[in-house]
Amino acid sequence: MGHVLAPGVTAPDFTLHVTPDQTLSLGDLRGRPAVLAFYPADWSPVCGDQMAVYNQVLPEFRRHDAEVVGISVDSAWCHQAFAETRHLHFPLLADFEPKGAVARQYGAYRDGDGVCERALFVVDREGLIFWSYRSPIAVNPGADGILDALDRLETQEKSDGRTQSAGVRG
Amino acid sequence: MAELRVPVSAADHARGAAAGRVVLVEYGDYECPYCRAAHVEVLRLGRHFGDDLTYVFRHFPLTEIHPFAEPAAETAEFAGAQGRFWDMHDAIYAHQDQLSLPFLVGAVRALGLSVRDFEVALEAKTYAPKVAQDFLSGVRSGVNGTPTFFINGHRHDGPFDYQHLAAAIQSVRSRP
Repeated sequence: MGHVLAPGVTAPDFTLHVTPDQTLSLGDLRGRPAVLAFYPADWSPVCGDQMAVYNQVLPEFRRHDAEVVGISVDSAWCHQAFAETRHLHFPLLADFEPKGAVARQYGAYRDGDGVCERALFVVDREGLIFWSYRSPIAVNPGADGILDALDRLETQEKSDGRTQSAGVRG
Repeated sequence: MAELRVPVSAADHARGAAAGRVVLVEYGDYECPYCRAAHVEVLRLGRHFGDDLTYVFRHFPLTEIHPFAEPAAETAEFAGAQGRFWDMHDAIYAHQDQLSLPFLVGAVRALGLSVRDFEVALEAKTYAPKVAQDFLSGVRSGVNGTPTFFINGHRHDGPFDYQHLAAAIQSVRSRP
Protein backbone atom coordinates (compact mmCIF):
# COMPACT_ATOMS: atom_id res chain seq x y z
CA MET A 1 0.00 0.00 0.00
CA GLY A 2 1.59 3.25 -1.14
CA HIS A 3 1.27 6.73 0.27
CA VAL A 4 -1.27 9.30 -0.78
CA LEU A 5 0.20 12.46 -2.29
CA ALA A 6 1.47 14.79 0.41
CA PRO A 7 0.80 18.50 1.00
CA GLY A 8 2.90 20.89 -1.07
CA VAL A 9 2.74 18.76 -4.22
CA THR A 10 0.89 20.01 -7.30
CA ALA A 11 -2.37 18.09 -7.56
CA PRO A 12 -2.20 16.07 -10.81
CA ASP A 13 -4.69 17.40 -13.33
CA PHE A 14 -7.38 15.09 -14.67
CA THR A 15 -10.45 15.10 -16.85
CA LEU A 16 -13.15 12.62 -15.89
CA HIS A 17 -16.75 11.99 -16.83
CA VAL A 18 -19.20 13.55 -14.41
CA THR A 19 -22.22 12.43 -16.46
CA PRO A 20 -22.28 10.18 -19.53
CA ASP A 21 -21.90 13.26 -21.78
CA GLN A 22 -20.04 15.79 -19.62
CA THR A 23 -16.53 15.90 -18.23
CA LEU A 24 -14.92 17.89 -15.44
CA SER A 25 -11.24 18.77 -15.11
CA LEU A 26 -9.40 19.69 -11.95
CA GLY A 27 -8.37 22.85 -13.83
CA ASP A 28 -12.04 23.86 -13.98
CA LEU A 29 -11.94 24.24 -10.19
CA ARG A 30 -8.80 26.41 -10.16
CA GLY A 31 -9.32 29.65 -8.26
CA ARG A 32 -11.33 27.96 -5.53
CA PRO A 33 -10.34 25.41 -2.91
CA ALA A 34 -11.27 21.91 -4.07
CA VAL A 35 -12.08 18.88 -1.95
CA LEU A 36 -11.33 15.58 -3.70
CA ALA A 37 -12.96 12.65 -1.93
CA PHE A 38 -11.91 9.26 -3.28
CA TYR A 39 -14.19 6.46 -2.04
CA PRO A 40 -14.54 2.74 -2.77
CA ALA A 41 -17.99 2.42 -4.32
CA ASP A 42 -21.45 3.83 -4.86
CA TRP A 43 -24.36 2.09 -3.15
CA SER A 44 -22.88 1.30 0.21
CA PRO A 45 -25.69 -0.28 2.23
CA VAL A 46 -26.23 2.48 4.81
CA CYS A 47 -28.24 5.70 4.66
CA GLY A 48 -25.60 7.85 6.24
CA ASP A 49 -22.70 6.98 3.99
CA GLN A 50 -19.72 9.21 3.26
CA MET A 51 -21.30 10.94 0.25
CA ALA A 52 -24.63 11.47 2.08
CA VAL A 53 -22.77 13.19 4.89
CA TYR A 54 -20.82 15.45 2.50
CA ASN A 55 -24.07 16.25 0.72
CA GLN A 56 -25.56 17.36 4.01
CA VAL A 57 -22.42 19.38 4.85
CA LEU A 58 -22.32 21.22 1.48
CA PRO A 59 -23.36 24.57 3.00
CA GLU A 60 -20.30 24.40 5.28
CA PHE A 61 -17.97 23.59 2.36
CA ARG A 62 -19.49 26.44 0.35
CA ARG A 63 -18.99 28.82 3.26
CA HIS A 64 -15.29 28.20 2.65
CA ASP A 65 -15.85 28.79 -1.09
CA ALA A 66 -14.82 25.14 -1.61
CA GLU A 67 -16.07 22.79 -4.31
CA VAL A 68 -16.33 19.10 -3.38
CA VAL A 69 -16.15 16.20 -5.83
CA GLY A 70 -16.46 12.48 -5.13
CA ILE A 71 -14.32 10.08 -7.17
CA SER A 72 -14.70 6.32 -7.51
CA VAL A 73 -14.17 3.71 -10.22
CA ASP A 74 -17.91 3.40 -10.82
CA SER A 75 -19.13 4.41 -14.28
CA ALA A 76 -20.86 7.71 -15.05
CA TRP A 77 -24.18 5.85 -15.48
CA CYS A 78 -23.81 4.27 -12.08
CA HIS A 79 -22.91 7.65 -10.52
CA GLN A 80 -25.93 9.23 -12.18
CA ALA A 81 -28.33 6.68 -10.71
CA PHE A 82 -26.65 6.88 -7.29
CA ALA A 83 -26.67 10.69 -7.22
CA GLU A 84 -30.32 10.81 -8.27
CA THR A 85 -31.42 8.30 -5.66
CA ARG A 86 -29.52 10.00 -2.82
CA HIS A 87 -30.25 13.55 -4.04
CA LEU A 88 -26.57 14.43 -4.17
CA HIS A 89 -25.85 18.05 -5.12
CA PHE A 90 -22.17 17.75 -6.01
CA PRO A 91 -20.36 15.99 -8.87
CA LEU A 92 -19.32 12.35 -8.72
CA LEU A 93 -16.47 11.62 -11.12
CA ALA A 94 -15.97 8.29 -12.87
CA ASP A 95 -12.36 7.08 -12.68
CA PHE A 96 -13.54 4.30 -14.92
CA GLU A 97 -11.37 4.12 -18.06
CA PRO A 98 -8.54 3.41 -17.72
CA LYS A 99 -9.80 2.13 -14.43
CA GLY A 100 -8.43 3.94 -11.39
CA ALA A 101 -5.84 5.89 -13.42
CA VAL A 102 -6.45 9.14 -11.51
CA ALA A 103 -6.61 7.40 -8.14
CA ARG A 104 -3.23 5.78 -8.89
CA GLN A 105 -1.69 9.20 -9.57
CA TYR A 106 -2.87 10.34 -6.14
CA GLY A 107 -1.69 7.15 -4.41
CA ALA A 108 -5.31 6.37 -3.68
CA TYR A 109 -5.89 3.09 -5.53
CA ARG A 110 -6.18 -0.32 -3.90
CA ASP A 111 -4.53 -2.88 -6.14
CA GLY A 112 -6.13 -6.27 -5.76
CA ASP A 113 -9.41 -4.83 -4.54
CA GLY A 114 -9.74 -2.70 -7.67
CA VAL A 115 -11.31 0.26 -5.88
CA CYS A 116 -10.25 3.67 -4.57
CA GLU A 117 -9.04 4.14 -1.05
CA ARG A 118 -11.01 6.41 1.26
CA ALA A 119 -8.58 9.24 0.59
CA LEU A 120 -9.25 12.94 1.01
CA PHE A 121 -7.42 15.90 -0.52
CA VAL A 122 -7.89 19.61 -0.04
CA VAL A 123 -6.39 21.46 -3.01
CA ASP A 124 -5.75 25.19 -2.71
CA ARG A 125 -6.75 27.88 -5.20
CA GLU A 126 -3.44 27.53 -7.06
CA GLY A 127 -3.76 23.76 -7.44
CA LEU A 128 -1.35 22.68 -4.70
CA ILE A 129 -2.33 19.93 -2.30
CA PHE A 130 -2.86 21.63 1.06
CA TRP A 131 -3.95 18.60 3.09
CA SER A 132 -4.35 14.89 2.47
CA TYR A 133 -5.56 11.97 4.51
CA ARG A 134 -6.14 8.28 3.97
CA SER A 135 -8.66 6.59 6.22
CA PRO A 136 -8.67 2.85 6.91
CA ILE A 137 -10.92 1.40 4.19
CA ALA A 138 -13.55 0.26 6.69
CA VAL A 139 -13.71 3.64 8.42
CA ASN A 140 -15.74 6.39 6.79
CA PRO A 141 -13.72 9.52 7.62
CA GLY A 142 -16.57 12.03 8.00
CA ALA A 143 -16.07 15.71 7.24
CA ASP A 144 -14.23 17.02 10.31
CA GLY A 145 -10.72 16.68 8.87
CA ILE A 146 -11.75 18.45 5.66
CA LEU A 147 -13.38 21.35 7.51
CA ASP A 148 -10.38 21.72 9.84
CA ALA A 149 -8.10 21.86 6.78
CA LEU A 150 -10.36 24.44 5.09
CA ASP A 151 -10.25 26.53 8.29
CA ARG A 152 -6.44 26.41 8.28
CA LEU A 153 -6.30 27.21 4.57
CA GLU A 154 -8.51 30.24 5.12
CA THR A 155 -6.32 31.42 8.02
CA GLN A 156 -3.20 30.97 5.88
CA GLU A 157 -4.73 32.84 2.93
CA LYS A 158 -5.67 35.71 5.22
CA SER A 159 -2.18 35.93 6.72
CA ASP A 160 -0.58 35.67 3.23
CA GLY A 161 -2.91 38.43 2.07
CA ARG A 162 -1.79 40.62 4.96
CA THR A 163 1.89 39.89 4.24
CA GLN A 164 1.42 40.76 0.57
CA SER A 165 -0.42 43.99 1.21
CA ALA A 166 2.17 44.88 3.87
CA GLY A 167 4.85 44.23 1.25
CA VAL A 168 3.12 46.48 -1.27
CA ARG A 169 2.86 49.27 1.27
CA GLY A 170 6.48 48.80 2.39
CA MET B 1 -9.20 9.53 15.76
CA ALA B 2 -12.43 11.49 15.84
CA GLU B 3 -13.30 13.15 19.13
CA LEU B 4 -16.45 14.76 20.41
CA ARG B 5 -15.77 18.49 20.03
CA VAL B 6 -18.76 19.82 21.95
CA PRO B 7 -18.83 18.39 25.47
CA VAL B 8 -22.06 17.09 26.94
CA SER B 9 -23.84 19.89 28.79
CA ALA B 10 -27.15 20.83 30.35
CA ALA B 11 -28.36 21.77 26.85
CA ASP B 12 -28.28 18.05 25.93
CA HIS B 13 -30.98 15.45 26.37
CA ALA B 14 -29.63 12.75 28.69
CA ARG B 15 -31.20 9.63 30.14
CA GLY B 16 -30.00 6.88 32.48
CA ALA B 17 -27.51 7.76 35.18
CA ALA B 18 -27.23 11.47 36.02
CA ALA B 19 -23.44 11.31 35.87
CA GLY B 20 -22.43 7.81 34.78
CA ARG B 21 -18.81 6.68 34.55
CA VAL B 22 -19.49 6.09 30.89
CA VAL B 23 -21.22 8.66 28.69
CA LEU B 24 -22.61 7.34 25.41
CA VAL B 25 -23.48 10.06 22.91
CA GLU B 26 -25.44 9.15 19.80
CA TYR B 27 -25.92 11.33 16.73
CA GLY B 28 -29.08 10.02 15.11
CA ASP B 29 -31.83 10.61 12.58
CA TYR B 30 -35.46 9.73 13.34
CA GLU B 31 -36.12 8.38 9.86
CA CYS B 32 -32.98 6.23 9.64
CA PRO B 33 -33.77 2.51 10.00
CA TYR B 34 -30.30 1.83 11.43
CA CYS B 35 -30.99 4.38 14.17
CA ARG B 36 -34.26 2.67 14.97
CA ALA B 37 -32.41 -0.63 15.34
CA ALA B 38 -29.80 1.11 17.50
CA HIS B 39 -32.54 2.63 19.68
CA VAL B 40 -33.56 -0.86 20.81
CA GLU B 41 -29.94 -1.75 21.58
CA VAL B 42 -29.41 1.49 23.52
CA LEU B 43 -32.42 0.74 25.74
CA ARG B 44 -30.93 -2.70 26.48
CA LEU B 45 -27.56 -1.09 27.28
CA GLY B 46 -29.31 1.24 29.72
CA ARG B 47 -30.87 -1.71 31.52
CA HIS B 48 -27.58 -3.60 31.63
CA PHE B 49 -25.25 -0.80 32.75
CA GLY B 50 -27.71 1.00 35.03
CA ASP B 51 -26.08 3.74 37.09
CA ASP B 52 -22.81 3.48 35.20
CA LEU B 53 -24.22 4.75 31.91
CA THR B 54 -25.45 8.17 30.83
CA TYR B 55 -26.93 8.27 27.34
CA VAL B 56 -27.20 11.46 25.28
CA PHE B 57 -29.01 11.86 21.96
CA ARG B 58 -28.12 14.59 19.46
CA HIS B 59 -29.80 15.26 16.14
CA PHE B 60 -28.18 14.47 12.81
CA PRO B 61 -31.03 14.60 10.30
CA LEU B 62 -30.07 13.55 6.77
CA THR B 63 -32.73 15.75 5.23
CA GLU B 64 -31.80 15.04 1.61
CA ILE B 65 -32.82 11.41 1.91
CA HIS B 66 -35.23 11.59 4.86
CA PRO B 67 -37.97 14.21 4.40
CA PHE B 68 -39.41 13.71 7.90
CA ALA B 69 -36.13 13.61 9.82
CA GLU B 70 -36.05 17.37 10.41
CA PRO B 71 -39.69 17.85 11.46
CA ALA B 72 -39.37 14.79 13.70
CA ALA B 73 -36.27 16.26 15.36
CA GLU B 74 -38.04 19.59 15.88
CA THR B 75 -41.05 17.74 17.32
CA ALA B 76 -38.80 15.97 19.83
CA GLU B 77 -37.32 19.36 20.79
CA PHE B 78 -40.80 20.84 21.13
CA ALA B 79 -41.70 18.01 23.52
CA GLY B 80 -38.32 18.43 25.23
CA ALA B 81 -39.04 22.07 26.00
CA GLN B 82 -41.92 20.73 28.07
CA GLY B 83 -39.94 17.96 29.72
CA ARG B 84 -41.20 15.20 27.41
CA PHE B 85 -38.24 14.68 25.06
CA TRP B 86 -37.77 10.98 25.74
CA ASP B 87 -41.49 10.21 25.52
CA MET B 88 -41.52 11.70 22.02
CA HIS B 89 -38.18 10.13 21.11
CA ASP B 90 -39.43 6.66 22.04
CA ALA B 91 -42.80 7.21 20.33
CA ILE B 92 -41.14 8.21 17.05
CA TYR B 93 -38.79 5.23 16.96
CA ALA B 94 -41.56 2.85 18.01
CA HIS B 95 -43.65 3.94 15.01
CA GLN B 96 -40.95 4.96 12.54
CA ASP B 97 -42.73 3.19 9.68
CA GLN B 98 -45.67 5.59 10.12
CA LEU B 99 -43.56 8.76 10.31
CA SER B 100 -45.41 11.66 8.69
CA LEU B 101 -46.67 15.11 9.71
CA PRO B 102 -50.09 13.75 10.78
CA PHE B 103 -48.29 11.12 12.86
CA LEU B 104 -46.24 13.81 14.64
CA VAL B 105 -49.38 15.85 15.34
CA GLY B 106 -51.00 12.72 16.77
CA ALA B 107 -47.95 12.03 18.92
CA VAL B 108 -48.06 15.57 20.31
CA ARG B 109 -51.74 15.14 21.11
CA ALA B 110 -51.14 11.71 22.68
CA LEU B 111 -48.63 13.30 25.08
CA GLY B 112 -51.24 15.86 26.08
CA LEU B 113 -49.27 18.75 24.57
CA SER B 114 -50.85 21.63 22.68
CA VAL B 115 -51.25 20.85 18.98
CA ARG B 116 -51.72 24.53 18.25
CA ASP B 117 -48.44 25.50 19.97
CA PHE B 118 -46.76 22.66 18.11
CA GLU B 119 -47.97 23.83 14.71
CA VAL B 120 -46.85 27.37 15.46
CA ALA B 121 -43.40 26.14 16.56
CA LEU B 122 -43.00 23.99 13.46
CA GLU B 123 -44.11 26.82 11.17
CA ALA B 124 -41.82 29.34 12.89
CA LYS B 125 -38.95 26.79 12.96
CA THR B 126 -38.53 27.58 16.65
CA TYR B 127 -36.44 24.49 17.30
CA ALA B 128 -34.55 24.38 14.00
CA PRO B 129 -31.51 26.24 15.44
CA LYS B 130 -31.11 23.64 18.21
CA VAL B 131 -31.27 20.82 15.65
CA ALA B 132 -28.78 22.64 13.39
CA GLN B 133 -26.46 23.17 16.35
CA ASP B 134 -26.46 19.44 17.09
CA PHE B 135 -25.85 18.68 13.42
CA LEU B 136 -22.86 21.03 13.18
CA SER B 137 -21.33 19.76 16.40
CA GLY B 138 -21.60 16.28 14.88
CA VAL B 139 -19.98 17.33 11.63
CA ARG B 140 -17.04 18.90 13.47
CA SER B 141 -16.70 15.80 15.66
CA GLY B 142 -16.40 13.39 12.75
CA VAL B 143 -19.91 12.00 12.57
CA ASN B 144 -19.75 9.87 9.44
CA GLY B 145 -23.24 8.53 9.10
CA THR B 146 -26.20 7.65 11.23
CA PRO B 147 -26.07 6.48 13.87
CA THR B 148 -22.62 7.56 15.09
CA PHE B 149 -21.71 6.86 18.71
CA PHE B 150 -19.09 8.44 20.97
CA ILE B 151 -18.05 6.66 24.14
CA ASN B 152 -16.53 9.05 26.68
CA GLY B 153 -15.76 11.41 23.84
CA HIS B 154 -14.16 8.94 21.40
CA ARG B 155 -15.93 7.91 18.20
CA HIS B 156 -16.93 4.25 18.25
CA ASP B 157 -15.91 2.93 14.83
CA GLY B 158 -17.12 -0.64 15.29
CA PRO B 159 -20.58 -2.11 14.63
CA PHE B 160 -23.41 -0.71 16.76
CA ASP B 161 -25.22 -3.89 17.74
CA TYR B 162 -25.64 -4.64 21.44
CA GLN B 163 -22.62 -6.96 21.73
CA HIS B 164 -20.14 -4.53 20.21
CA LEU B 165 -21.43 -1.47 22.03
CA ALA B 166 -21.61 -3.33 25.35
CA ALA B 167 -18.03 -4.59 24.92
CA ALA B 168 -16.79 -1.08 24.10
CA ILE B 169 -18.63 0.42 27.09
CA GLN B 170 -17.39 -2.36 29.36
CA SER B 171 -13.77 -1.76 28.38
CA VAL B 172 -14.11 1.93 29.21
CA ARG B 173 -15.94 1.22 32.46
CA SER B 174 -13.34 -1.21 33.72
CA ARG B 175 -10.50 1.25 33.24
CA PRO B 176 -9.08 2.37 36.59
